[in-house]
Amino acid sequence: MTYIVRALRLPRVVMASLVGVGLGMSGAALQGTMRNPLAEPYLLGVSGGAAVGAVLAQAAGIAGALLPFAAFVGAIVAVLAAFVVAHAAGARGDPRVLLMAGVVVGAFANAAIMVVLANAEPNTVRNALWWMMGSVSEAAWPQIAVLLGYLLVGGGALVALGREIDVLALGEEAAAGLGLEVDAAVRRVFLVASLLAAATVAAAGLVGFVGLVVPHIARAFGLRRHRPLLLASALVGATLVVSADLLGRILRPPAELPLGAVTALVGVPFFLAKLRRLA
Amino acid sequence: MIAFDAVTVRYQRAKSDALEGISFATPPGAMTAVVGPNGSGKSTIVRALIRRVPLRGGRINVGSNPLDELSGSEFARRVAVVTQREDLTFPVLVSDYVALGRFPHLGVWRAAGPEDESAIAEAMRTAGVDELASRRIDTLSGGEWQRVRLARALAQGGDVLVLDEPTTFLDIGHEMAVFELLERLARAGQTVLLVSHELNLVARFATHMVLLDHGRVVADGPPAAVMQAEVLERVYQWPVSIAADPIDGAPTVVLKRSR
Repeated sequence: MTYIVRALRLPRVVMASLVGVGLGMSGAALQGTMRNPLAEPYLLGVSGGAAVGAVLAQAAGIAGALLPFAAFVGAIVAVLAAFVVAHAAGARGDPRVLLMAGVVVGAFANAAIMVVLANAEPNTVRNALWWMMGSVSEAAWPQIAVLLGYLLVGGGALVALGREIDVLALGEEAAAGLGLEVDAAVRRVFLVASLLAAATVAAAGLVGFVGLVVPHIARAFGLRRHRPLLLASALVGATLVVSADLLGRILRPPAELPLGAVTALVGVPFFLAKLRRLA
Repeated sequence: MIAFDAVTVRYQRAKSDALEGISFATPPGAMTAVVGPNGSGKSTIVRALIRRVPLRGGRINVGSNPLDELSGSEFARRVAVVTQREDLTFPVLVSDYVALGRFPHLGVWRAAGPEDESAIAEAMRTAGVDELASRRIDTLSGGEWQRVRLARALAQGGDVLVLDEPTTFLDIGHEMAVFELLERLARAGQTVLLVSHELNLVARFATHMVLLDHGRVVADGPPAAVMQAEVLERVYQWPVSIAADPIDGAPTVVLKRSR
């Protein structure tokens, strides 16, 4: 009994809550900065890029604390690609175009994983599938320590940037009028939000829509300024992912539904509702 | 004081200059209004000031300092800008919104002190929005929202106020209220630079007018000098006549029928 709790259940719950913390904070920062209620690391292609980075790194035999870093490199490549695509569309800094570019980059990342999948050993195939579905079922303390380290750095940096995000949320021109160097500030937020998302992807694969849903729940508690909003998003994110993981385990026993599938089942209707309100 | 000296601006991928070597200065403690038809470069002046478009030529001075030698926050502590439009995707409380005017003083880490609190309170009193403090900005009327934006600009604590079309979405009563507020601020020592479509209101309230056409200054001086029928007809491509405002005698444009 003690063994089950300590070695299986507890790490799993801790991992799930940390994944929620990272995705929730990342989503809150991206939504505020892009002034877009649909922004989140998964839809922006950040998570997809991170997954490609992680899959390639694993195929090359990289593991441990370096794996999140490889995912981060993939995430940054995806962000840059999204910016390049948006720039080519001629809309420098238009949040909506950037979101579309992100979706395209995410699709490309998925395709890239499929390509790796097609030529891979059975073991790699299993791994790649695991990345794409998202899971905390194999959580272990060493991975948790790595993720916690990345979250402390990234989460702290985002809270520090909270005031800049408040200003960015006013829009480019108003932010520039308040003396903020808008382009540099946007890059800073993207960099840190990508690092957070990448760390969660390295630890648990692609868990979509958490970053989308969580900030909206936190805002429903009346939080608007980004420092409190980011902290609340961390808490809400943890709660949401732990609940989703639990749900995945008890819905169809003895089978376990993949974590990413559960969050998508919750997130997609939410996305549609938000989209309808935007239109 | 803000001075444009032979400023030329061209947007990326544009075939011609949006501003073609324009020069003008805003006298301190007075209201200067930039007017001109759509596309004449009025808003580009504001964008050049907040450095959202690079200059191809010329220079902009803020007081005795060249603009490009000021850091962003140094600029924002002296010059407050109310841009034409501002849509907040995630509405905040009025008090939090006005408090963002202190960002250039606080930076990332410093907590707001008594000096900041009093600047915020005074800005809200001056703009007449103290009673709105606990409202969310998406519940405000157009007139309230415009005054709240002005309060945020005043909270920045500078002595220059730049406004791009501050009354576009307001009815005539609220429009007058904003102009009277700007006039009071100018009398109290603020240098006000205003971009506006409202020729007649501007002629009544501003001490100085700059008329733009196709990115060039075509007239510059007190309203009586700029509000000339032949000049306005050429610039706006519409027949007009100039009358004296029956209340205070300011020059007033009256539009004629085209035939």
